[in-house]
Amino acid sequence: MPTKIEKDALTGRETTGHEWDGLKELNTPLPKWWLWVFYATIAFSVLWVILYPALPFRGATGLTGWVAREAVVPVMEAERARQEPMLARLRAAGPAGIAADPELRAFALAGGRIAFANNCAGCHGAGGQGAPGGFPNLADDDWIWGGDLEAIRHTIAHGIRAGESAEERISMMPRFLADGMLTAAQVNDVAEHVLSLSGRATDRAAAERGAALYAENCASCHGARGEGNREVGAPRLNDRIWLYGGDKAAVVRSIGSPRMGVMPAWEGRLDPAVVNMLAVYVHALGGGE
Amino acid sequence: MAADGAAAALAPPRIGAGTTTHATPYVEGPIRAFAIATVFWGIAGFLMGVLIASQLAWPALNLGLEWTTFGRLRPVHTSAVIFAFGGNALLCTSLYVVQRTCRARLFGGEDMGWFLFWGYQFFIVAAALGYVFGVTQSKEYAEPEWFVDLWLTVVWVAYLIAFGGTILRREEPHIYVANWFFLAFIITVAMLHIGNNVALPVEWGSAKSYVVWAGVQDAMIQWWYGHNAVGFFLTAGFLGIMYYFIPKQANRPVYSYRLSIVHFWTLIFLYIWAGPHHLHYTALPDWAQTLGMVFSVMLWMPSWGGMINGLMTLSGAWDKLRTDPALRFSVAAVGFYGMSTFEGPVMSIKAVNALSHYTDWTIGHVHSGAMGWVGFITFGAIYYLVPVLWRKPRMYSEALISWHFWIATLGIVLYITAMWVSGIMQGLMWRAYDELGFLQYSFVETVSAMYPYYVIRTLGGVLYLSGALIMAYNIWMTVRSAGVAEEAPRAVPAGAVAAPAAQ
Repeated sequence: MPTKIEKDALTGRETTGHEWDGLKELNTPLPKWWLWVFYATIAFSVLWVILYPALPFRGATGLTGWVAREAVVPVMEAERARQEPMLARLRAAGPAGIAADPELRAFALAGGRIAFANNCAGCHGAGGQGAPGGFPNLADDDWIWGGDLEAIRHTIAHGIRAGESAEERISMMPRFLADGMLTAAQVNDVAEHVLSLSGRATDRAAAERGAALYAENCASCHGARGEGNREVGAPRLNDRIWLYGGDKAAVVRSIGSPRMGVMPAWEGRLDPAVVNMLAVYVHALGGGE
Repeated sequence: MAADGAAAALAPPRIGAGTTTHATPYVEGPIRAFAIATVFWGIAGFLMGVLIASQLAWPALNLGLEWTTFGRLRPVHTSAVIFAFGGNALLCTSLYVVQRTCRARLFGGEDMGWFLFWGYQFFIVAAALGYVFGVTQSKEYAEPEWFVDLWLTVVWVAYLIAFGGTILRREEPHIYVANWFFLAFIITVAMLHIGNNVALPVEWGSAKSYVVWAGVQDAMIQWWYGHNAVGFFLTAGFLGIMYYFIPKQANRPVYSYRLSIVHFWTLIFLYIWAGPHHLHYTALPDWAQTLGMVFSVMLWMPSWGGMINGLMTLSGAWDKLRTDPALRFSVAAVGFYGMSTFEGPVMSIKAVNALSHYTDWTIGHVHSGAMGWVGFITFGAIYYLVPVLWRKPRMYSEALISWHFWIATLGIVLYITAMWVSGIMQGLMWRAYDELGFLQYSFVETVSAMYPYYVIRTLGGVLYLSGALIMAYNIWMTVRSAGVAEEAPRAVPAGAVAAPAAQ
């Protein structure tokens, strides 16, 4: 019930005659452009609903017949078909064959780079530099399980201690202190001996006492002079590259209660062609043999 | 005319005077408390935002403690700004506006007001503690567990009773447009809150619950809720604020009554269907995605109807923008509202969404709405309300309001441009293939590429927070200042009214 319709002096419009706490409203009609754009969005929507699926019934796809899941399939297939000839050659050639063929090698390095970045870099680092705590550096020439193309491919494909492949890399170092095989004093002596292999012993007498214990307990895998053994995945001990740290405390801990890392088997997760590309890529990071 | 307008904007309230013959004073104590809570939670929420933005730029700030990780603090930030800052602003303004535009005392009186105040603050604190200690149901913007949800339901129903009861005993023949929006907001949020939180505790006495909806149905209901939390909490409710405070500050009639009717009903009708655009290219059936997109596109003009009504109400009073920095906040807010509500429909189009979804672009979009629209319209209203509620002739310092405005605006510009660049770059990097058919970037490379933008975004947040601290100081000084309401009209002669605003 409009009570007091006024004329607004500034715009010449009438008010609606209502007033609330001093607030009034002008009786301005809807802006034409606003109304027409609104109609246009409605028209667009009606058209879209006719063209695209908009009804909750099976097969109600709209005039275009477009279905999201079906629309993406040909795109993916076309992309796969485009790469497939190269992928087939990569599978057949194996890492050594790829490395020998410049065209395949260039392709494998491009594909290996992104496959490494998305699957491997999380542990091994963006440049394969590794990380403290058991994530080996892949860019140096210190290899636990072998650094030639085929050894790298085998490690990637079958993994390490993951229990996912019959051909996985597996080794087990005893827990010398935790399982009571050596006393704490003996572990200390062995650690000093291990440090002496890279010329870093802090206690010469202890290192000499540890020599016999080392020969008896460690040398069969790690070698008499700590040169390591790739056949059983025993890391080299006479260099300064360490998986779990090379200071005295870390070596004591590794002897007393060793940690043994796990890497998944990538065969089955990745196309064999991708595994081959990764082998070539990792080999090319700097330490390949 | 302009001088009268400034006088009206600055004039203290005269309860029961002027147009109203009502003898009972309005309920104001709880409204003052809500105004303080708005500022307090605003600062807390912005501070949390700065902290988690810094955590994204410098992950060491997660501190390695479960309680301080990004995952726990992010909902503290979102709930603090949406429900604590925004919610208190809505309760403050709606309870203020409904009494005056209905010429009726709040239904339930002071007691109801205080129950709403303490009940709502208890909800906020209980929810936030839950997030920090990991007690959540992991639904975005609906993280609180079942017992907190039940408490909020009690408070919210009381809010509806208080607000609706006041409207029912109004002494005005018509219901003012601001109250339509407030009422739509209160009713719809109740429906959304209950619908999205139908949950059962895993066993008697357990804090952990699971929602009864499962799979894609749960996702759909979650985003029906999530989108309409934006639509009804952050849009309809704040349009209610706009419809009262902009005409008050500008001292002009609302531009178009018809537009307010048409855009109200179209907004209310269309918003509720737009949620599926949050689930484009997911397991949600295609038909629902299509509908989510077209309803979002149709929302463009209903949203802009509010913007037109807000901006055009200033016709004949544009000069006030130079002299009244509080009005500048309200009007800039409407500008940001128009920008966000254009960007939203664009992003809901599936081809655009294929690029923007899951990127920082979405974060930028949300913040242009949250900082620009929700924040600024609230600041404008608070600067109007504080002198009125505390019976002061004006804010302590107009210059500080101006500083707040420019610092906060610069903060928003830095924030949203950083997120646009970062988001679009991120989306493009995700989809970049080289000529051999391999992805060009790994995920982690996209993350490290965003680092500079994360730093810029943090800087934007620091500026926005600094502005809010200036506001808090200004309010504190205003409340402490001398000056009694009834004396103000005499203290400010008509001819000198425009001058203090320009100081």
